[in-house]
Amino acid sequence: MKKNAALAALLLGLSVVASSTPVFADTNITIAGSTALLPLVKDAAAAYQQAHGDVKISVSGGGSGTGINQVAAKAIDIGDSDIQAPTHPELKDNRVAVIGFAIVTHPATGVKSLTKKQLQDIFSAKVTNWKEVGGADQKIVVINRPRSSGTRAVFTKTVMGSVAISESGLTEDATGTVVSVVKQTPGAISYAALSGTRGGGLNELSVDGVAPTDDNIITGKYPVWSYEHMFTNGPATGEISRFIAFVQSNSDLVRKDGFILIRDMKVNETDR
Amino acid sequence: MIAVQARRSHRAERIAVFGLRVAAGFVILAMLALLGYLAFEGTKTFYVDKFPLWQFLFSPDFAIDSGKPGAAVFIAGTLAVTLCAILIGGPFGIAVGVFLAEIAPLRMTQILKPAIEVMVGIPSVVYGWLGLTLLVPIIRTHTSSPSGFGLAAAGIVLAIMILPTVITLSEDAFRSLPGALKEGSLALGATRWQTITRVLLPSASSGLAVALILGIARAIGETLAIQMVIGNSAQFANGLFAPTAALTTEIVTDMPGATEGSLLEHVLFSMAFLLLLIAMVLIVLVRFALRKRS
Repeated sequence: MKKNAALAALLLGLSVVASSTPVFADTNITIAGSTALLPLVKDAAAAYQQAHGDVKISVSGGGSGTGINQVAAKAIDIGDSDIQAPTHPELKDNRVAVIGFAIVTHPATGVKSLTKKQLQDIFSAKVTNWKEVGGADQKIVVINRPRSSGTRAVFTKTVMGSVAISESGLTEDATGTVVSVVKQTPGAISYAALSGTRGGGLNELSVDGVAPTDDNIITGKYPVWSYEHMFTNGPATGEISRFIAFVQSNSDLVRKDGFILIRDMKVNETDR
Repeated sequence: MIAVQARRSHRAERIAVFGLRVAAGFVILAMLALLGYLAFEGTKTFYVDKFPLWQFLFSPDFAIDSGKPGAAVFIAGTLAVTLCAILIGGPFGIAVGVFLAEIAPLRMTQILKPAIEVMVGIPSVVYGWLGLTLLVPIIRTHTSSPSGFGLAAAGIVLAIMILPTVITLSEDAFRSLPGALKEGSLALGATRWQTITRVLLPSASSGLAVALILGIARAIGETLAIQMVIGNSAQFANGLFAPTAALTTEIVTDMPGATEGSLLEHVLFSMAFLLLLIAMVLIVLVRFALRKRS
């Protein structure tokens, strides 16, 4: 019996050693989080790895909430997020760019512009047919992102205000899924980062008559935008800090993927 | 010499048996650890957040931000999709099971059996993707559902996914019947159809019950495939084509944002614990049905 117990303890000990995460080598960077920021980080990682053959960067999505939780748990090196992380004071915020978010609809809704009030009515399910806001006679299909989504948080703060989003809408996990579902569903409406919607063949709505163009975001006329953050657990060091600096300074890449350089902004909004 | 050899093999045997015991012990240990952990985390909703159990089970109000984590919508969603799946997949699966055991010629069985085995091997993400790209557009264009996502899409995908389980187990149920039953019935002048419906089906009923219960268990636990087609709306489905959500899909949708120690995390754990309890009840039912047979 004693021997049994001793062996069990030994095996248990072994399994604990095997399952504890090894300390990440400096040349191996793991990144996860916001699917809005994903296109930029992916392109930047590819370019960076080409220039530095000894560095391996793995990038995945999961949403801003995932990014913040994972980096706080030290499971990854960098957590991407569209929003601040007030509940995790130990995280170091590295702003890398600005992103605008478009309110997108299926092309056949016949609506080009909505007021904030109309958007609040649609997303709180008070208005359920496009004809009530001047469009075709077509049921509105609202598509939301999950609670953990930074895109949803930005949309809630800048458009919904204190009005609650109705639970009757569909929920899709990622920016890419939202874009493809909106595209194939007549009457669909959702919100997504411009980095994911541009060139997607969707109808981008103006909000209170202001279109989601770079100029309108830079001058602060278009309200739905946010800083993009790459959080590290404590100050970034070594290769990780060099990669973040690379993302921040690579203006061609930032612009190509639909993001805006922080230094171009004419307004200095507080973080979402 | 012989004595030494005997002793050596004796020792080898003892070591082997000891190894097997350790392996079996680990299974039990792992199961108990899992149960304990889920019970511990899953009840925090009630003793840390002080949310009453009956409200968790019966309140349709799922508003985490205002501290109201009623899970009735998801419980109803799980029951509804499972019911859809078993209503479609159950009779169909049993029919194929009868066909394989009693009617199909050998050649046919040789084609069907591997086909069913392949169905088991297809990952659930593939079923979900097919549902998303084929089934959802069909439902959208042919029904009043504006999006196509919802209960019906999830139920049909699940029905297909539980087919292999139901088919294989109901075929086994028929094959394990004593041959004398069938021979006696045929000898009395009953037709093949009469033999199947009046003699074989009633005799195999407990085996068929096991097939259905394990089909239900499979349906309740399925996550990814139905998350892709059910719509994930935290509301009761007010029709076959309305979007809703199940316990599993809600867990996987909101898990990424559930920070440690938050009400959301506790509630998701409670849902996971509830799923485990349902699975345990189903296994007890299977044991019960099997005992009745023997």
